[in-house]
Amino acid sequence: MKLGLVELRRKPLRFAIAGSSLVLLSVLLLFLGGLLDGLFIGSTGLLRSQPGELVVYSSDAKDSLIRSRIDPEVRAKVEAVPGVSATGGIGVALVGGQLPDKTDLVNLSVTAFQLPVSSMPSDVSLAPDQALADRSLQAFGVDVGDTLLVGSAKTPITVTGWVSDTDYLQQGGFFVQPDTWREVLADSRPDSNLPPDTFQGLTVKLDSGADATTVADAIDAATGGATSTLTKSEAVQALPGIKEQNSTFSAIIYVTLFVAGLVVALFFALLTLERIGLYSVLKAIGASSRQIFGGVVIQAVIVALVSFVIGGVLMWLLTLVLPAEIPVAMEPARAVQIAVGLVVMSALGAAVSLRRVVRVDPASAIG
Amino acid sequence: MAALELSSVRKTYTSGDAEIVALDHATLEVGDDEILALVGPSGSGKTTLLSISGGLLTPSEGTVVVGGQDISTYSAKQLTAFRRDSVGFVFQAVNLVPFLTARENLMIVNDFGSSRSHKDAKARAEKLLDELGLSHRVDNLPGQMSGGERQRVAIGRALMNEPALVLIDEPTSALDTKLGEQVMELIVSEVKSRDTAAVIVTHDQRMTRYADRTVTITDGVLAA
Repeated sequence: MKLGLVELRRKPLRFAIAGSSLVLLSVLLLFLGGLLDGLFIGSTGLLRSQPGELVVYSSDAKDSLIRSRIDPEVRAKVEAVPGVSATGGIGVALVGGQLPDKTDLVNLSVTAFQLPVSSMPSDVSLAPDQALADRSLQAFGVDVGDTLLVGSAKTPITVTGWVSDTDYLQQGGFFVQPDTWREVLADSRPDSNLPPDTFQGLTVKLDSGADATTVADAIDAATGGATSTLTKSEAVQALPGIKEQNSTFSAIIYVTLFVAGLVVALFFALLTLERIGLYSVLKAIGASSRQIFGGVVIQAVIVALVSFVIGGVLMWLLTLVLPAEIPVAMEPARAVQIAVGLVVMSALGAAVSLRRVVRVDPASAIG
Repeated sequence: MAALELSSVRKTYTSGDAEIVALDHATLEVGDDEILALVGPSGSGKTTLLSISGGLLTPSEGTVVVGGQDISTYSAKQLTAFRRDSVGFVFQAVNLVPFLTARENLMIVNDFGSSRSHKDAKARAEKLLDELGLSHRVDNLPGQMSGGERQRVAIGRALMNEPALVLIDEPTSALDTKLGEQVMELIVSEVKSRDTAAVIVTHDQRMTRYADRTVTITDGVLAA
């Protein structure tokens, strides 16, 4: 292994072709992963940031907030279920907002809330013409103090602070009082004029120790089937396109990792062919196949790791110039997953040379 | 105790239905401080005898005892350890590791699993290189050295593990006469000063004068 490390240090250009290929593949993997995470985060923030463990929809809404309606009578039944400690109404209106002195519309997810989401202060208080905007809207020119003309009626609402990771279906989170939301919703979609105290969904906090699935079943039973209650993660997965998006991007990522393995396999197979003379000498003077193969694998792993780091830096630079409309998010967990995947595939790729290394005849060193 | 004892060693290969005899009942004993020159034409079995003596090949028949170890029935793993600990090789093409310095080329033998500590190995490598007149080359790569210097590094590598037997394959074939003689003198000096035995394969009859004894091999058959 030491021999492999010394060669890497002294002859780095020998690994330039494999390294360059892996750098490009790392950028591609990080871009795909970033896109997947960006799309996921931008679509699901509203649900993930809810304070309750459960989300309640009306049963005819097919787990869609926009189609769902929860009136006060149903809500009272939900609140009476053992294990429920509190409920908060949720409602969204997907509308455009116009910044002062600008003609372009910013996509907003105007959201009603009764229980503060995770990034809000617990004593949050808003006037009817005020909103907390998601930080993602900064990229579109929104700032604290701006008054946006929201929805079809161009309702003026002033941004008084920030929330984070609350976007919904790629529209920036824009949290307002429930009555303000109802007004915006009714103006934008006259068929969605909701009476006071009616929301599209509920976030449900549970008593300490209560089992989420059991309480969810109890809620649906208590409402006589008028509700469909999901855990927060189920609600996220039920959003349109999320599962398909995840599986599609994951498939592309896995295929790219496989290609990375092939690149490493091909490179080290050629390198091993080139080194057969050297390996036979090393075996002749006492190196075992295990030691030689260990050196090959450690070289593959280090080339993969260095390539990943360079690829990561390039990807970071790329995110600085990407337009805000491309939802790329650099998540540490995704980077670790890709780094591990790349290292594992590189090690497996290098393992293709094992047979050839084992078959190197030490006697050939002597002619 | 003899450094090398071959008893009726036979090595055969098959080629199709034919059996090719590379070494035919070779019996040979090399004393523990003896330098033996093995001469013979191409294809006579010199390399096969050298390979069997160094545990690079196993005999088809007969016994091979090196430094008191009967290696005839050793497994591949045992032979690897044997080559690492008990014999030294100087190859015809020198075959140094191109990206290691002279010192590292010697220490590599230790890195493969010798019981000697890194510090001791480094000290021994530097001492050997000094004795070989290469103290100014310890940190040079093979590409930065002359052919003669590389040959001397290869001799140092062969002596690094303090072997009972050094096996040297055509040490002067790539060198001019003068340099070849210098290398042979150095080999003799280094081997003799350590009471080590050596088998030197050569086709150059002029080099046999450096050996204590010369054995000829023809068609796999040894003749004194």
